[in-house]
Amino acid sequence: MLLRHTPKEVTERSVLVINPAKTCQPIGAMYAALGIHGCLPHSHGAQGCCAYHRSTLTRHYKEPVPAGTSSFTEGASVFGGQANLLQAISNIFSVYEPEIIAVHTTCLSETIGDDLPQIRKKAIKEGKLPKGKYMISASTPSYVGSHVTGFSTMVKSMTGLAEPTGKKNGKVNIIPGWVEPADMEELKRLAALTGVKTILFPDTSGVLNGPLSGEYKMFPDGGTTIAELKSTADSIGTLALGEWCSAAAARELDSRHKVPCKVLDMPFGLKATDRFIDALRTVAGVPVPDEVSLERGQLVDMISDMHQYFYRKKVALVGDPDQLIAMTEFLVSIDMCPVHIVTGTPGKNFEKRIREITEEMPFEVNVKAKGDMFLLHQWIKNEPVDLIMGNTYCKHMARDEDIPLVRWGFPILDRQGHQYFPTVGYKGGLRLLEKILNALMDRMDRDAPEESFELVY
Amino acid sequence: MATTAKKLVQWDPAEVKAELLKKYPPKVARKRAKQIMINEALENETPEITANVRATPGIITMRGCTYAGCKGVIMGPTRDIVNITHGPIGCGFYSWLTRRNQTAAGPDGENYMPYCFSTDMQDADIIFGGEKKLEKAIQEAYDLFHPKSIAVFATCPVGLIGDDIHTVTRRMKEKFGDCNVYAFSCEGYKGVSQSAGHHIANNQVFRHIVGENDAVKPGDYKINLLGEYNIGGDGFEIDRILKMCGITNIATFSGNSTYDQFASAHTADLNTVMCHRSINYVADMLETKYGIPWIKVNFIGAGATAKSLRKIAEYFGDQKLIDRVETVIAEEMPAVEEAAQEVRTRTEGKTAMMFVGGSRAHHYQELFNEMGMKTISAGYEFAHRDDYEGRQVIPDLKLDADSRNIEELVVEPDETRFKPRKTPEEIKALEKAGYRFKHYDGLNPDMDQGTLIIDDLNQYEAEKLVELMKPDIFCAGIKEKFSIQKLGVPMKQLHSYDSGGPYAGFKGAVNFYKEIDRLVNSRVWSYMKAPWQENPQLSAAYVWE
Ligand code: SF4
Ligand code: SF4
Repeated sequence: MLLRHTPKEVTERSVLVINPAKTCQPIGAMYAALGIHGCLPHSHGAQGCCAYHRSTLTRHYKEPVPAGTSSFTEGASVFGGQANLLQAISNIFSVYEPEIIAVHTTCLSETIGDDLPQIRKKAIKEGKLPKGKYMISASTPSYVGSHVTGFSTMVKSMTGLAEPTGKKNGKVNIIPGWVEPADMEELKRLAALTGVKTILFPDTSGVLNGPLSGEYKMFPDGGTTIAELKSTADSIGTLALGEWCSAAAARELDSRHKVPCKVLDMPFGLKATDRFIDALRTVAGVPVPDEVSLERGQLVDMISDMHQYFYRKKVALVGDPDQLIAMTEFLVSIDMCPVHIVTGTPGKNFEKRIREITEEMPFEVNVKAKGDMFLLHQWIKNEPVDLIMGNTYCKHMARDEDIPLVRWGFPILDRQGHQYFPTVGYKGGLRLLEKILNALMDRMDRDAPEESFELVY
Repeated sequence: MATTAKKLVQWDPAEVKAELLKKYPPKVARKRAKQIMINEALENETPEITANVRATPGIITMRGCTYAGCKGVIMGPTRDIVNITHGPIGCGFYSWLTRRNQTAAGPDGENYMPYCFSTDMQDADIIFGGEKKLEKAIQEAYDLFHPKSIAVFATCPVGLIGDDIHTVTRRMKEKFGDCNVYAFSCEGYKGVSQSAGHHIANNQVFRHIVGENDAVKPGDYKINLLGEYNIGGDGFEIDRILKMCGITNIATFSGNSTYDQFASAHTADLNTVMCHRSINYVADMLETKYGIPWIKVNFIGAGATAKSLRKIAEYFGDQKLIDRVETVIAEEMPAVEEAAQEVRTRTEGKTAMMFVGGSRAHHYQELFNEMGMKTISAGYEFAHRDDYEGRQVIPDLKLDADSRNIEELVVEPDETRFKPRKTPEEIKALEKAGYRFKHYDGLNPDMDQGTLIIDDLNQYEAEKLVELMKPDIFCAGIKEKFSIQKLGVPMKQLHSYDSGGPYAGFKGAVNFYKEIDRLVNSRVWSYMKAPWQENPQLSAAYVWE
């Protein structure tokens, strides 16, 4: 037993977090920043945070994750980090030559109250930020929100680059939220199939799923360009995927530049993808091509073919709010039963949305925002499930309780493929179903007595 | 910033150094020039290197922070202590099982290593202070698990808002009576690297745990193993070998270790130091306070392992042990030599670079040597000058502001427990026979003349080095892994071993040979260019018949 000290009995814990279902804001800001072409993320604080964030992103994406740090020591912590950041900016532009740097705070610089916009002004005045180069910034203290809100804050900062020209560009902005590079690619593909011109931001495809070619590019070919970010103010509308990850940026473009927005769920599974495609079609005023309908039909086909394996199977889920909402809906739509759902990210509407989606479930549903995986494990001990879906840190309880695990979410440290194969859209739905089925059926095969070990399903 | 492969086949170290510095602004270049040294390999006469100084803001460093050194490296691998990170959620989350410290808890053993405990500070705690929250968290941990010990680690904001974690933990310790509670002021900004965190951790272990259990443990030839973290099961392999030799390991600091091991460490008769950087001062303190001498050992490399075992046996001076050690070496070596011979046909003459931590970049050269591979450049992430130049420079080390922050414990002989393990005459006799106590020569003398020794290497220099000197393998950590591999050079993680290991001891050596053979001879490195990229000229179109 790996988690042998976890008691079945759930006792009240008011402060101690055990096995968190979230991490801190800056890592989200760093991931988002990597989705801008030519961008070097920069962590304004002590170098430890930056090292941790780079390591975790690297372990998840299996790609280089460059990022600068202001390398605070005690002096900067007492006197403020302005001198460190100014020095960092000038070093960065002379050594690495990025197009743009995206600076985020850590709890350290935030607690001492460093003012990034003011430091930026000073950097421009002193010529440390070269002409034609950009700096955006986000305030991401870790004692607020989670990695998800850090992501959202940096995405919102990107809208600061938007510059209306007064002429519409005929494009739709899509804010994908914290999904994998392959998912971002898939969203672009679906939009292109539908014939909609888009600006996707951030876009980590081509950045964090790059090729091996004997060449290292600190700034790979992918990512949303600065020109595109500027042009977001001229778009005909914005589709923001996920209330937690994407809505803030979309609303900012709406209020600042009158680009109307629609906030949708992340397109995981059938219904959320339907709504995404439907929204694309309406904002752009185009018919949905047959190819897309075909993909949808294939997903429906697999659901019907395999329904017996899904029906009333209980699932425990842990992850980020936007992902959990869409995934819960998908599972319910195929007659599976998500019974325990935990996120570490705070947010008031999460529990309400999950309750609405699972209203008609034949089982009691446990749901908690600001929960942790220790609690999830205790719930599982009290009400066992057939499947766990969540990040790599679920593997201990999966093994202890002998329950199959589908790795999904962030971080996945011990399995491959998530950066290459999408889970959004209809094709992504097929892949999710395949993973769920493999987990359940491998388990059936493992448990079947010899006399009923079957070849054919 | 794309790099093109242009290899200086006959590289000249001065030229390489100049290339590394070329792009820096003058101030940065001046500083880096002192941290990049062309080795002269004259024993102990190598020029001075600058180490343990601040990383430059904006320069992408390999380093982590004080908290990582304290909670992650030193305290992380002790299984029966509940480690609570006091701070916002991130620090605790990232140090959750990411160092691959293995542990064998046994069927009833306590093991909190798979857990992550945090006070998850919120903004109200930052504004009003987090002491109440911490106190409650400790109480909740105690109520849930009743552990024998709870440790608290401060992250950056805790130091800034001034939470008095030591008073809180003292109070809780008194309240519980049966649980040792103590704290570490290891805020990330203290010091310039992880090294400060090792120091803070070791001081508190020494102050709060060592000496707590006087019970005499059974077994002969009692040693402590300092600076071994059981990454990928290294400690298991070392323990296997020690056991075969009949040597009793009282405590490993800190791999597969328990609270009681620390508490009994003062009952050992010899301290053996693996990672000099992370723990040499603990060895000194154990000697001053309890009278236990220490020696430097290295269990990385089969030859080094044999040498270290002989050194331990020689210390105890007992023929039975000396014979037993020889028997074990004789039993273990054939398989190792066979494996070395086998890979040598494919590894001989190849080159390596190593930039890891504070000792590994030295230790692993033994393994490479056994395969006939040369280390052409190496350096440490957070070493001090003594790790490069040897302990004799310690008295000359100037304390700068950042080092002065880190407490130095003043240790005196323990009134009841101090007991010299050898008489001054015995020590003298051993020394006369060439035995060296408290001794470490550092990395430099072991590297060839003209090799490059680089402190606090950064991403830009790493890339340049690889481009210019084209090593056959590069060893560093996860952050460096993929940018190096993108250049078409295999990269081996020497902090976490890429899920491999063990690499210590005899069995570990065999594992390592096979792993390196696989890496440097993998076919994948020949696939960098597609046929049409290698030969882009289209001379004629197919003519379909
Ligand atoms: S919680 Fe704060 S100090 Fe810790 S890693 Fe995150 S930003 Fe850094
Ligand atoms: S080699 Fe380095 S990383 Fe490893 S324990 Fe020593 S100081 Fe730490």
